Amino acid sequence: MSTIDVARSSTPLDVERIRRDFPILDQEVHGRPLVYLDSAASSQKPDAVIEAVDRYYRHDHANVHRGVHALSTRATDAYEEARQLVAGHIGAASASEVVFVRGTTEAINLVASSWGPAAVEEGDEILLTRMEHHSNLVPWQLLAERTGARLRFVDVTPEGELALDDYERLLGPRTRLVGVTHVSNTLGVVNPVARITELAHDAGALCLVDGAQGAPHLPLDVGELGCDFYALSGHKMCGPTGIGVLWGRAEILAGMPPYQGGGEMIASVELERSTWAEVPHKFEAGTPHISGAVGLGAAIRYLDGIGMERIRAHERELTAYALGRLDEVERVHVYGPREGRAGVISFQYGDIHAHDLATILDRRGIAIRAGHHCNQPLMEHLGVSATARASFYLYNTREEVDALVDGLLFASDLFGGVGEPPRD
Amino acid sequence: MSDTEGGRGVDRSIPDSLSSLYQEVILDHYRRPRNKGDLEGATHTVTMNNPLCGDVIELQLRVKDDRIAEARFKGRGCSISQAAASMMTGSLEGRTTSEALALTVKFKELMHGEPERMEDADLGDLRTLAGVAKFPVRIKCALLGFNCLEEMLEEEDGNPGGR
Repeated sequence: MSTIDVARSSTPLDVERIRRDFPILDQEVHGRPLVYLDSAASSQKPDAVIEAVDRYYRHDHANVHRGVHALSTRATDAYEEARQLVAGHIGAASASEVVFVRGTTEAINLVASSWGPAAVEEGDEILLTRMEHHSNLVPWQLLAERTGARLRFVDVTPEGELALDDYERLLGPRTRLVGVTHVSNTLGVVNPVARITELAHDAGALCLVDGAQGAPHLPLDVGELGCDFYALSGHKMCGPTGIGVLWGRAEILAGMPPYQGGGEMIASVELERSTWAEVPHKFEAGTPHISGAVGLGAAIRYLDGIGMERIRAHERELTAYALGRLDEVERVHVYGPREGRAGVISFQYGDIHAHDLATILDRRGIAIRAGHHCNQPLMEHLGVSATARASFYLYNTREEVDALVDGLLFASDLFGGVGEPPRD
Repeated sequence: MSDTEGGRGVDRSIPDSLSSLYQEVILDHYRRPRNKGDLEGATHTVTMNNPLCGDVIELQLRVKDDRIAEARFKGRGCSISQAAASMMTGSLEGRTTSEALALTVKFKELMHGEPERMEDADLGDLRTLAGVAKFPVRIKCALLGFNCLEEMLEEEDGNPGGR
């Protein structure tokens, strides 16, 4: 890193300037300025991404990898350039380790359906955690049903962190794969995935990291993490919906059978049998989401232009500010640890149910999420059926956190005060 | 609308839509639900949930000679789902099953904003939920208890699943 880079990586974000890159933020909702605190569900898109997709369709679109004409060459180049950008951003050894999929969910399903049946036998174990999103749970349930494998779950401490002693206890000779989320979408906790991977490898298991909430917010180097698979979604990191990435170590991907059959993924086809293309194309049957990949490439350029270290620092600072402000409000209970978390805050506000709170805040232009966050087993563990969740990204400000806190006080007025949370 | 001075200059003016959604009667039913708990000798029990938000209502009825003698509910969820179930159970007792189904139809019409239902005395306190009509994503909350009722009574009619 040069001296200039070091200086830049520690400069705070000029958030007002960043906000001007996101046209959607400049609007009123119910007569008030939009306060968008739901980026953990889906982030907003900068002009750079919107324009890249627009430009692709206006100038460069054709099908990829099959035409000899100019547009097909341009589309192919744009698509493969996006793959290079992803590879560089996540620290992949080669762009061929980057498989384009629809999103994190499909990435995990790909591993469970392709790697799973060949690698997992009856009595083998898949080790997950109690804080996994449904998308890192249900694909493994399907695999377990199909193979007779057993699912085991690492506990979550009362503070909302993974119980690493429980993890070490559960890792065993039958563990074939450890599946863990990089960042919990409910608790906000950042898991020590490098350490988790190391222990998994010591036990002879592979490690898959669900990066849906990690990739958008953390500097990322899959080589440093050491994991075997990393799954991410474009739309949570300023890119379009419908595009995501499965990164896998080259030798593992090479040994896996195709996930879906069709065009694009074959080397040669006869009526009775076919041979497969090399990775990553082996896993990309059919015409891919070319414009999505182009948009994701533009998103990565945009994020890297700002710097993931700076984005992380901004979110840390804003989260600490928000936790401090929420502490001032009586009967707010925040889930998850105080430290070591990303910009996701799940909370309960006395006896005002999360859905009521979300409705009330919406009328003040504030967008938060309410519900179980596709995290039902964890919610059960926390003893709640729903929480309110505010999540931050590079474009959020302290003023928006203040608006949230004012909104809570307003809700309290509307409800004639806030009582103890109801018991069933 | 009132605009009180907040401690830090917080704008606390309440939009009409919110003050009609969260009327005192509704909040009172939410915080002090009527007819909540298990029903001894229940003849009908149905549990339903909203998979998207996790709200749950279990409705229990004791029906004798086609008339609802008692109605109770259990559950958890937002103020709208719980208050609606509380009010509903109160207005079911003494009705025949077909009268109960007729009430369900009227309540659904209220949720769709039909003006004559706001004047319909048969709906009683349930009319205070009329404001939900302006919040389309919350209508399913208000209907959860009535959906339980419909499920159990239509099954009875040999007409299942006619939701």
